[in-house]
Amino acid sequence: MLKGVKLASVMAAAALVLSACGGSDESATASAAPSGAASGVKVGLAYDVGGKGDGSFNDAAYAGLQRAESELGVEIKEVEAGADETDASREERLRLLATEGYNPVIAVGFMYSAAVGTVAAEFPDTTFAIVDSVVEGANVGSLIFAAEQGSYLTGVIAATASKSGKIGFIGGMEIPLIKAFEAGYIQGAKSVNPDIVVESKYMGPAGDNTAWNVPDKAKAATAAMIDKGVDIAYAAAGGSGLGMFQAIQAAGGPEKGLWAIGVDSDQYTVPSLADVKDVILTSMLKRVDVAVFEVIKGVVNGAPLVGVQNFDLSRDGVGYATSNPAVNDFKAAADAAAETIKSGAVKVAAE
Amino acid sequence: MTKIRKLLDVLTAPMLAITFSLIVTALILAAFGANIFEVFSKMYDYGTSTRSLTLITNTATTYYLSAVAVAIGFKMNIFNIGVNGQYRLAAMTAGAVAGWISMPGPLAAVVAILVAMFIGALWAGVAAWLKVARGISEVISTIMLNFIAIGIISYVIVQTNIGTEVKVNVRGTPKIQEGARLAGYALIDPKVKIYGFFFIAIAVGIIYWVVLNRTRFGYDLRASGLSPSAATASGVNSKRMTIYAMLASGAIAGLVGLPDLLGKEFSYTLNFPANYGFTGIAIALLGRNNPIGIAFGALLWAFLDVSSQILDLEGVPREIVTIMQGVIVLSVVVAYELVRRNRVKTQQQNVGKALAGAHANVSTSSEGSK
Repeated sequence: MLKGVKLASVMAAAALVLSACGGSDESATASAAPSGAASGVKVGLAYDVGGKGDGSFNDAAYAGLQRAESELGVEIKEVEAGADETDASREERLRLLATEGYNPVIAVGFMYSAAVGTVAAEFPDTTFAIVDSVVEGANVGSLIFAAEQGSYLTGVIAATASKSGKIGFIGGMEIPLIKAFEAGYIQGAKSVNPDIVVESKYMGPAGDNTAWNVPDKAKAATAAMIDKGVDIAYAAAGGSGLGMFQAIQAAGGPEKGLWAIGVDSDQYTVPSLADVKDVILTSMLKRVDVAVFEVIKGVVNGAPLVGVQNFDLSRDGVGYATSNPAVNDFKAAADAAAETIKSGAVKVAAE
Repeated sequence: MTKIRKLLDVLTAPMLAITFSLIVTALILAAFGANIFEVFSKMYDYGTSTRSLTLITNTATTYYLSAVAVAIGFKMNIFNIGVNGQYRLAAMTAGAVAGWISMPGPLAAVVAILVAMFIGALWAGVAAWLKVARGISEVISTIMLNFIAIGIISYVIVQTNIGTEVKVNVRGTPKIQEGARLAGYALIDPKVKIYGFFFIAIAVGIIYWVVLNRTRFGYDLRASGLSPSAATASGVNSKRMTIYAMLASGAIAGLVGLPDLLGKEFSYTLNFPANYGFTGIAIALLGRNNPIGIAFGALLWAFLDVSSQILDLEGVPREIVTIMQGVIVLSVVVAYELVRRNRVKTQQQNVGKALAGAHANVSTSSEGSK
């Protein structure tokens, strides 16, 4: 019995540690509000799993929040999500923010869908916003992004930059949201080179939350793609994307004609990715920061942004990053493609 | 006198462990420069509001079922790490059955519960069969079966018609009809309900106690767990007991997802909480596999989880609660060991005294222990 107990306790402790890793280690909780918040608006923002410091999606939300803090003089409060929680705890988090007078309350990530729906109904005078999902309610802004349009541009860049005619895609969890990235990427690449070969690999099936945080797996998958002749790879896989950057770097990087394309934030400029930035040609920008800023601005101006808000190319909601000068060679092609989408001449399918 | 002593014996270890973990947590908080007293009092204030108490009860309901499932295995010296896979597969199937099949409401709830228990037992049964027929350790097989369960669930929900898009970007089983829900009753707080499954969990606890302590099966189970060879010698078929224990553990594990499924979520989505099984292991250890002990453990765990929400707003990292839980688990095991050694020592001293005294009665002092 005792032996079993010892083994069990070690396992239980390990499980706790592991689940703690799923959350954020960053002490990203309280940001002291700047003194003299000019507008008197208090913004509450709840991060998705991964939290601030993920170098991706949550950080993009944080960038928007920061911009609002400095430009609009709002007071901000950030709260983190736990790795495994029920809708009840997500609801409670949003409810706490609303009760404390935070308005707007912004929830980052589709995990909050049900919670936003419930809590928004309880606080009709507070403006809510949800990123990546559509929630009904007169006081809810649903912020969705035309990721397929942005991915189309990275596909154009990848196909133009590829010498081998083979490009890769690393996806996180295999869900429609991520498949839209893949679909746009392939369509964009084929618009340049109809014969291009696209190798795709997902890090986990739908429901496997680890898919967002397995850089080792992404590294192995990318290395295998490089062996097959892939020279440009694009990852839409959250924290797993790091593995793709590492694999490209290990295989020789730009000197061998190999490039990586990042996602969500401008990953070339993300401090935690500084070691691998040289291989990041560009990133598909999903401007969560723009959306978050607009929501806050709406509340400050007394005209809250509610209903479905589709952040597409024409609204600067998606795009590609130009901070790495190497991308200049492909800018003309990408910008021309962007114009065809904006004008409606090209429709990008999300699946 | 002996009763009080026994109670003290039982309470010493967990109390020591919790006190120790409070001290460790306080030290960590102090190292981060937080106001210890304020943090604890905020947690207490928030955690004892009627709304929080309701949420704690609901969370504890789930934890309790998970811990009982693990405890059944422990009693037989089987380590069921597969509760995660068992309950997720069970909840998904139950959600699909209750969501798709139209039956009069309450009947659908009963069917959902039976289906969940069956699937949980079935999945645990695979591990039991592997252990008995092929000698594969259940530690390995249940972990592997967890991964297989995840794969099956995503396949069913993403690739087949059983899953539908419940909300944008969220796929799951169809919403369960009103009548089949066990949303519960607003007993403490007017706005939030205590899950109907709370009462089922209590019933499970009572059945667990009765079966374990008042039936031949329970006796055989405990005997096999304490000493397989002695049990076999006295005519217990240990292979059969392994299978029975694993099936029972799996059947209860099958219930773990149902409080949330039938009480709040009404659809098994891909976001369904995924780690109740590990929490169950920790609580079973804390509660010493005892139905009452587990209940306290589950409530404590739920209190910590629910009240930790306030920490973010106070500017204290919520991970502090995870640290606290980890320290509790580790120190509780150490504390039980210390208390056990101490008890053995006192017993030996008592025996020594008794033997030394000519008139002493030896038999009363060496009371049975585990």
